[in-house]
Amino acid sequence: MAKTQTELRLKRRPLFPKEDLALHVMAAPGLIYLIIWAYLPMLGLIMAFQNYNARDGIFGSPLCGLANFRFLFASNDAAIITRNTVVYNLVFIFVNMLLAVGLSLMLTELRSRSYAKVTQTIFMLPYFLSWAVVAIVVNAFLHRSDGLVNHFIARMTGRSRPTDWYTVKSIWPPLLVAVNAWKSVGYSAVLYLAVISGISDEYYEAAVLDGASRWQQAKYITIPHLRFIISISIIMAMGNIFRGDFGLFYNVPMNSGRLYEVTDVIDTYIYRSLRVLNNVGMSTAAGLFQSAVGFFTLLLVNQIVRRIDPESSMF
Amino acid sequence: MSTVDLNSTTVETTRSTKSRYRPHQSGLNVISRPWDFAFMLLIGIFSLFILIPMALVVIVSFSSELSITKVGFSFTPTEWTLDGYKYLFRVGDQLLNSYLVTIFHSIVGTLMAMAVMTLYSYVLAQRRFRFRLFYTWILFFTMLFGGGLVPTYILNTRYLGIGDSIWIFLLPGLVSAYNVIILRTFINSTIPDTLFEAARIDGAGHWRIFFSVVLPLFKAGIATIGLFQIVGRWNNWFTGMLYIQKPHLIPLQTMLMKIQQTIDFLKQNSELANTPDGLRLLRELPNQNLRMATTVIVILPIIFAYPFFQRYFVTGLTVGSVKG
Repeated sequence: MAKTQTELRLKRRPLFPKEDLALHVMAAPGLIYLIIWAYLPMLGLIMAFQNYNARDGIFGSPLCGLANFRFLFASNDAAIITRNTVVYNLVFIFVNMLLAVGLSLMLTELRSRSYAKVTQTIFMLPYFLSWAVVAIVVNAFLHRSDGLVNHFIARMTGRSRPTDWYTVKSIWPPLLVAVNAWKSVGYSAVLYLAVISGISDEYYEAAVLDGASRWQQAKYITIPHLRFIISISIIMAMGNIFRGDFGLFYNVPMNSGRLYEVTDVIDTYIYRSLRVLNNVGMSTAAGLFQSAVGFFTLLLVNQIVRRIDPESSMF
Repeated sequence: MSTVDLNSTTVETTRSTKSRYRPHQSGLNVISRPWDFAFMLLIGIFSLFILIPMALVVIVSFSSELSITKVGFSFTPTEWTLDGYKYLFRVGDQLLNSYLVTIFHSIVGTLMAMAVMTLYSYVLAQRRFRFRLFYTWILFFTMLFGGGLVPTYILNTRYLGIGDSIWIFLLPGLVSAYNVIILRTFINSTIPDTLFEAARIDGAGHWRIFFSVVLPLFKAGIATIGLFQIVGRWNNWFTGMLYIQKPHLIPLQTMLMKIQQTIDFLKQNSELANTPDGLRLLRELPNQNLRMATTVIVILPIIFAYPFFQRYFVTGLTVGSVKG
């Protein structure tokens, strides 16, 4: 009943009342931006089906059907970069979540407030450093002739020939997970801590009256309260599971060609196909593949979450 | 009613951030001493895990080149020196230039982005506006799907012609859908609809309401998003790497990447290279400590500034995660 009344009222109002003009003007800069830099590039995805050349541009280059995709998937590259992107992201989500929730629970329980404050400030620090800086920090350890690690090994074993770590594939998967955790776990932990400190004291007071220990309180009050923010973070991360963190995968391994098998993700591959191979058609095809699968994963994850817990879904 | 509820949540979040760990002070039970000690230890270990790599960079920036050849990058160099920093200021034309580019695009870019985004979020916050859904979806869809790197690159370089110019830092990336939605949530949760209504009845237009009602009540939200924008722009190396060729437009972080590949980038763009004496000096420059000194100079502003703004980064995101 209420709904029909609203509909009636809406119907009677003109589509463009004079008083709304200001709102359209206010939205205009944003709208223009979105059209140019968000929607025009979507039209540009047509290049994925073109044999693009710089002379003819988007409007003149000949169409070539699915040739770019065939070329992309015929090589082994597509499988490798997709595997790397997805598997790394899954591990990141799992490891970071576990560490961040653990650290935030520990921070909450600390008796010393000043200790908690100081460590929090330290925790958040790496989040504000760029990947360019992080790459240099990592390099200080792994540098071939001057790095800490090689000098340490030389001192311990007396071996004089230094290892070039930027060619040793096996160390990179765990290293990238660790570097990624180094940069982002502390920040998430502090974020969860803020959510925890927003929980009303009444829950804990009631629990104390019922004789609950701190452990039981954490299990039955604190962790359930984190459920919303955790599920939101997971949804966001799952929706972006086909999106590799370019900075991490490009800067930290110093774009070392010998490591591509374990460090190349869709984003670095697209960048290289564009800048090094100058293959516009195929890199657009890879980008379209990424956007499309990303889009459907996001919808799928959202649907699943809506089934389980409608409150936590995004739309 | 729901607006009022959201409102009180926000206030509570802000207040409780100031007086964290109330449970212990209000006489609630706490964990046992041994566990407290264990937690302190684990948290301390993680803090060291964060600090030690950064300390290494700082120490190397003060290590002499001789020490580096002898013992490598070490926490205990055999010889300390200020050479890295001294030389940095002598050949620092490129550094200064890059600093200016980064400061300019961090500040101007943030101001422009905040202007566009706050206005747009104000529009989205108008529950009675008939086109609200249209504007929301046209924004929200960009979070789900996008053209990606290559079409954007072709658009910017070929069709808009802003590739190798300062505009590339300012225009693309002006609106972040995620930030606008956080801002909208901020407005809706701090300013009740009734306040808009009241202002409207008093005869205020939307511009008037925006400037004299929303903006003053909305400072915390703007500060939070603005700070994220500034940090994001300060740390942006990608735009410089992808688009910029002209040395005088290279931003700080991209410069850092370039000297990571070759320290010569600093030297080539120094005025000293024009004289024979200067050229000899450049050839004798220390490399590794100069590189680390540059890194320290690049992260210094962030390290100093961020503890002061720390609380904004936390409260901002907790409010932002309130479902819109």
